[in-house]
Amino acid sequence: MAHHEIVSPIPGVFYRRPDPDSDPFASEGQRVGAEDTVCLVEVMKSFHQVPAGAAGTVIEFLVENEDVVDAGQAVAVIEAG
Amino acid sequence: MKRLLVANRGEIAVRIIRAARDLGISTVAVHSTADEAAPHVRLADAAVEIGPPQASKSYLAVDAILAAARSSGADAVHPGYGFLAERATFAAAVADAGLCFVGPDADVIERMGDKVRARKVAAAAGVPTVPGTPSGVDDVAAAVTAAAEIGYPVMLKAAAGGGGRGIRVVDDEAGLRSAFPAASHEAASAFGDGRMYLERFVRCARHVEVQVLGDGSDVVHLYERECSLQRRRQKMVEEATAPGIDPGVREAMTAAAVRLAREVGYTSAGTAEFLVDDETHEFFFIEMNTRIQVEHPTTELVTGYDLVAEQLRIAAGEPLRLRQDEITARGCALEFRVVAEDPSRDFLPSPGNVDRVVLPAGPWVRVDTWLEPGGTVSPFYDSLLAKVVVWGEDRETAIRRSRRAIAEFAVEGVPTTAGLFAEILDEPWFGAGEFHTGTLEQWLADRKEGS
Repeated sequence: MAHHEIVSPIPGVFYRRPDPDSDPFASEGQRVGAEDTVCLVEVMKSFHQVPAGAAGTVIEFLVENEDVVDAGQAVAVIEAG
Repeated sequence: MKRLLVANRGEIAVRIIRAARDLGISTVAVHSTADEAAPHVRLADAAVEIGPPQASKSYLAVDAILAAARSSGADAVHPGYGFLAERATFAAAVADAGLCFVGPDADVIERMGDKVRARKVAAAAGVPTVPGTPSGVDDVAAAVTAAAEIGYPVMLKAAAGGGGRGIRVVDDEAGLRSAFPAASHEAASAFGDGRMYLERFVRCARHVEVQVLGDGSDVVHLYERECSLQRRRQKMVEEATAPGIDPGVREAMTAAAVRLAREVGYTSAGTAEFLVDDETHEFFFIEMNTRIQVEHPTTELVTGYDLVAEQLRIAAGEPLRLRQDEITARGCALEFRVVAEDPSRDFLPSPGNVDRVVLPAGPWVRVDTWLEPGGTVSPFYDSLLAKVVVWGEDRETAIRRSRRAIAEFAVEGVPTTAGLFAEILDEPWFGAGEFHTGTLEQWLADRKEGS
């Protein structure tokens, strides 16, 4: 099984939920499709959805909610398949 | 007022620090770790770090800001715009800490910030709001009666709904009779409630706002600004005063704004926003902004008053110095908001390092900015780089001078929207002042298709 890293395309603030009152987009152990949004990155007050990029099972998130991320930084790992 | 803490960042923090200095008031900047080297930090007499880059942990952290005020010996707090500027709880917390809040009282912020309560204030002051039914109507006959009073065209929307779902516009009674049953049925199946709100639909609307200053007992207006040129509700170009508004409308609208502010005993600078029907010239109050606004320099250039300095004087307890009959608006001022977004990539926000910077200058050109060579456009805050504000003795002169100023503007390192303004300045509809709230988005869509 190949591991796939989900990478933030932009620098900003990382969020696991669409808004503070909602459930997270994805949890560890959950199956996701390649197009499914797994997190948001806020850059200059605009929110960008980050898709899984590969279908599979979420193994772990590498950053905490509201952490600062850089462009190109891995934010989660998926076991593809 | 001896020492002012500026609870903001970017160009507005720089702007406020300058006004305070002009009045001989010492200043305290606050900053996140990301803004350590920012110009507002350097310009202030003292600076206090208040948290990490995320705004929620720094510029929105009320306790950290109040602690900074205490430790630095500040006796007043200016919130700027955005962040905490219109949070009644912040204004109250500042006052409770024994400090002077530069803005209206917390209860006025709360009252005017709530749309339903603000509409009630407007009604009490005899200020028109968009005509509509106060609650939902549930049958065609009641809808027809209500629409006759509201005036066509009328917009139908589900009383229980939200987000624009199921909205219909009808031009006359026949249209209403045919549209109502289907709309009501749709609402009943979607929300379990078939009642509909009816509201006047303004097909071509201008967004015009009146600047007021109050000291708690007296209120004056400083004329209006035209702010219709927006993309996704973000203003891009503003001007003072408004073209396309005849003297009768101007007089009635500015008087309405003053009545509204008097009704709540308004203190400090504020703005009453109106929707103006381009066809009928009727105007309707939308909301009041209880802060200094981004586009305030346009008003300063046509009236000659420093609005931030007046805010500070009023907050310090001085009575209003301006008399209505002494305030005049001369010429035309245009403001262009240059942001770090890429127009060729659907306005993608573009943080990064700034290399070379050339800011326009010369007669009657003012640039409010935090931008400097070697600076960093942070991903954590809004994308505003600079406001290029240009005055001319008439609109034609202001437009010509704006072409010159925008052509001088240059930033290397990050994409900006400056080039777009050069195009807008050459558009016939802009030159003629013939535009409304939908014009800019339509123009951008046509431009995209054409390229």
